[in-house]
Amino acid sequence: MQLTNRAKKTDKSELSLFERSYLPSLATGLGITIRHFFMKKPTIQYPEQKRYLGPVFRGHHILKRDEEGRERCTACGLCAVACPAEAISMVAQERKKGEEHLYREEKYAAVYEINMLRCIFCGLCEEACPKQAVYLRHDKFVPVFTEREDVIFGKDKLVEDPNNRYRRDAWTKEDAMKLWKND
Amino acid sequence: MENTAPQLFKVTIDGVEVEVPPGTTILQAARKIGPEVAPPAMCYYEPLKGSGGKCRACLVKVSAGSAKDPRPMPKLVASCITPIQDGMVVENYTNPQVVDARKSVVEFLLINHPLDCPICDQAGECHLQDFSYEHGVGTTRYEEDRRTFEKEDIGPYIQLHMTRCILCYRCVYTADQITEKRVHGVMNRGDHAEISTYIGQAIDNDFSGNVIDVCPVGALTDKTYRFKNRVWFSKPVDAHCDCEKCSGKVQLWYRGDEVIRVTARKNEWGEVKEFICNTCRFERKQTSEWTIEGPTKVSRASVISANKYGKNLVTKPDFALKLAESQYKKIDDDRPYLHEMSEIQQSEDYKALMAKDEKYFGHK
Repeated sequence: MQLTNRAKKTDKSELSLFERSYLPSLATGLGITIRHFFMKKPTIQYPEQKRYLGPVFRGHHILKRDEEGRERCTACGLCAVACPAEAISMVAQERKKGEEHLYREEKYAAVYEINMLRCIFCGLCEEACPKQAVYLRHDKFVPVFTEREDVIFGKDKLVEDPNNRYRRDAWTKEDAMKLWKND
Repeated sequence: MENTAPQLFKVTIDGVEVEVPPGTTILQAARKIGPEVAPPAMCYYEPLKGSGGKCRACLVKVSAGSAKDPRPMPKLVASCITPIQDGMVVENYTNPQVVDARKSVVEFLLINHPLDCPICDQAGECHLQDFSYEHGVGTTRYEEDRRTFEKEDIGPYIQLHMTRCILCYRCVYTADQITEKRVHGVMNRGDHAEISTYIGQAIDNDFSGNVIDVCPVGALTDKTYRFKNRVWFSKPVDAHCDCEKCSGKVQLWYRGDEVIRVTARKNEWGEVKEFICNTCRFERKQTSEWTIEGPTKVSRASVISANKYGKNLVTKPDFALKLAESQYKKIDDDRPYLHEMSEIQQSEDYKALMAKDEKYFGHK
């Protein structure tokens, strides 16, 4: 039974004397090697250059800050109630006087925890968030954990670093590769 | 001689006929039929005398005034304060004019209502949320700034957020009727109207906490519960205690083993029938002080039932079990069990299967 048209008939005829000397095959093989020598290399320098993961990649969670560097999350609990894996939990607290530069709203999340063993990276938390606070990064995987204590990610791992803001610059593969050259 | 025996009036609401005593309002008659025809109510509160007629959420069309005078009423009427007449025909959800008017009412109520549901403690049990979700539109046309007020402290137990108030006056009626002194009222007029106590005076009546339950929005909330948890993460449990001041029938809201809030019990219309005292509401937050009756029945559709796995949710639905039972067939297992391929190929079953295969795929 033929499944595809790609099957090739093997040539089993006797080799000629010239062919039996293996020199033409040797030259062909060498030719391929030399051709590849001048071709564009598919290898990338991994830790410095990162491969583009696709336009809808959902990776490491991040709790965004606003333009003034204040935390956007108000601990409204919609991400936790939307989460099908029940991975998110939080404790809210009232913003005190003098903390206006730290938190955007009257209420903020004092504790915000995501259990990464439970998380299935579906992105429903991102969709539910009314304050555009929680995002799943397009460029970063959740690192491997070896200890059970490392599994629950607190605010220390989730909140955006004000000195290294998360901005989504690359939406296509070409954009991502442009960023490599700048590095 | 005239017949003086109390007669019942017949009214038709959305095509459903109901007989009610004279003096009943349209809203009460509709509630007697059931939630599918009952108009929404933001300000009307049955236990509070004089409430109603302010929010216009319950507007209905009266297409026939009465049996004697079957002319329709010229404008939509507020069903919570309009008494029924014999032979009245009322259109609620069946009338597009009513549905349209209600959309506008939602818009009006939301004009000055801040969109701070993520912060508001009432979110999840807010009547305005339900009302705008069920009857409103998803977008806003309002571009102007919303009204703001100076923050006012009205005591250690109750938190007032004036910006969220929709001026339904329920708390004012509560304060007037449950308490003896007048401690709580509406000041100023029009756009500046604001719920307040007399200049910074704290509410200290024993039943003042009931304004929290009565408030349809998050304007009056429990200060001891402030930002403790969202309602859908806490678990409501019915409980009672022997209280010399009130009936003692309450709902405890648990987070784990901790009672984080005590409220009065609400009926299916979101109304509290038995008010509770401040001691029960704010002081008794130990499980040992209460006799637990069992988990509160929460409707499946409510967000409060999210992420809770009661026995009723774990059990399989009745329908599936019944269907499985009705379709159950005992399998005839008496036939000899064949091992050899040649034997199998001679069996009737194999031939039937092959015939079927050929019919579907057209080849052997």
